[in-house]
Amino acid sequence: MLKTLFHGQLQLGLAQAAAAALAAMLVVLLARRRNIHLEKELLIAMVRGLVQIVAVGSILLLLLRAPDWISVFLLASMMVAAGATSRRRAEGMPDAFRVSTYSIACGAGSVIALMTWLGVIDTPITTLVPVGSMLIANAMNTNGLALNRFRSDVLAHVGEIETALALGADGNSSVAPYVQASFEASLIPAIDSLRSLGIVWIPGLMAGMLLSGARPLYAAIYQFVVVAMIFAASGLTSLTSTLLIRTRVMSPAEQLVLRPKN
Amino acid sequence: MSLLGTQRPLHSDAVVLRAEGLGRSVPGKILVADATFDIRRGEALAIVGPSGSGKTSLLRLLNRLDEPTSGTVFLDGTDYRRIAPRDLRRRVGMVSQRPYLFPGTVAENLRFGPLQRGEELPADRVDDLLAGVGLAEYAARNVANLSGGEAQRVSFARTLANAPEVLLLDEPTSALDDDAKAEVEDLIHRVARERGPTCVLVTHDTAQAARLASRALLIEAGRIARDGPPQEVLGA
Repeated sequence: MLKTLFHGQLQLGLAQAAAAALAAMLVVLLARRRNIHLEKELLIAMVRGLVQIVAVGSILLLLLRAPDWISVFLLASMMVAAGATSRRRAEGMPDAFRVSTYSIACGAGSVIALMTWLGVIDTPITTLVPVGSMLIANAMNTNGLALNRFRSDVLAHVGEIETALALGADGNSSVAPYVQASFEASLIPAIDSLRSLGIVWIPGLMAGMLLSGARPLYAAIYQFVVVAMIFAASGLTSLTSTLLIRTRVMSPAEQLVLRPKN
Repeated sequence: MSLLGTQRPLHSDAVVLRAEGLGRSVPGKILVADATFDIRRGEALAIVGPSGSGKTSLLRLLNRLDEPTSGTVFLDGTDYRRIAPRDLRRRVGMVSQRPYLFPGTVAENLRFGPLQRGEELPADRVDDLLAGVGLAEYAARNVANLSGGEAQRVSFARTLANAPEVLLLDEPTSALDDDAKAEVEDLIHRVARERGPTCVLVTHDTAQAARLASRALLIEAGRIARDGPPQEVLGA
């Protein structure tokens, strides 16, 4: 229907974005009826997301002829931005920005570097940046989930943790059950994506490859490669962040520093 | 049945714990200020005071679950900042208001403390401790099936499994019904009578303090207001 109303590609794109945003707002209205207020957060996230993706699209347009090494700076900047976004899911946790950024750099960064070195990801900026950004974005989501789960588990089990400490356990063992639960919970989306690939969802990258003339079988296999890389990057990120954050919630004298606010 | 097993402490009047200018404040609030007192080995000390006066805050400073912002504590003459926190907390055990038992069996809970330093608590010691708290034959029971009073007695035995020199008790009966409260009080009384670990009991129940303690500290607004025999401190 929109195609009959809008003929220019840009106008059509904006109209499609408005329709998708409307669907998201509908969910917010439904949630509001159940006293769950997401309006402000979603509105800011949508406007921010749209502006950011349009800005990146414009930059990519400019960078089409830029040297390949520029990708390294772009991806590094994305990792820092992802660390800053993740931090918000870990309110009150000490050093959350640094832990998130290190973890995303370790998880997504090392997988991008290894896969680029092996030739799984092509080095031209137009391939490396979009594929790398997919890994970073998923690593960011996993990191946010891990930190958020860890934070709520620790706050819900202050008594158990301090009992373990009072019985002579060290800080790491006292929070070990919550580290494990956070790691497992954070990977559920990545595992489900891998499991349902091709059945429940056919990712956009595969459609893009088909449109640009790639052989369907190669496009399908490469899609698996991307999802497996996402899992590897996410898993490594979550592993790193949960290991790093457990040391941050304990003081040097093994006292729990993350506690409910009075 | 002895609660103290083979590691019964010496019968001595030496100072085991000394708080010196001990204090803790958080932004905008003084929790404990300038607390100075000695606790002698085998003594049963009650810390009493109104709600929010800083009783539990003071207790948590004694095993360094919280960090003092001023002063320190000496355990057997050694500044506790020079003792590894894990070793300190083994020596200064704590029973909290709620038992917070770990999922599993009663025996697994009792073995938790010794296991942290690589020691396996022998089965006969588990049985001794459980018999001591009136729960003989409970070793294999799942903690999910215990009543509130039973869970608190397991928590008591779990702390005693570490053979602490000092036992900190943070309102251990406040969440219990009258029968369970009497059982736990009896336990505390026996520990104090056997001159086992030195007991430091936080309670808002002045009658309980008078029943169990040989000395009382009254805390008001984070400061020690009185220190002496329970009848004098509580009756004034």
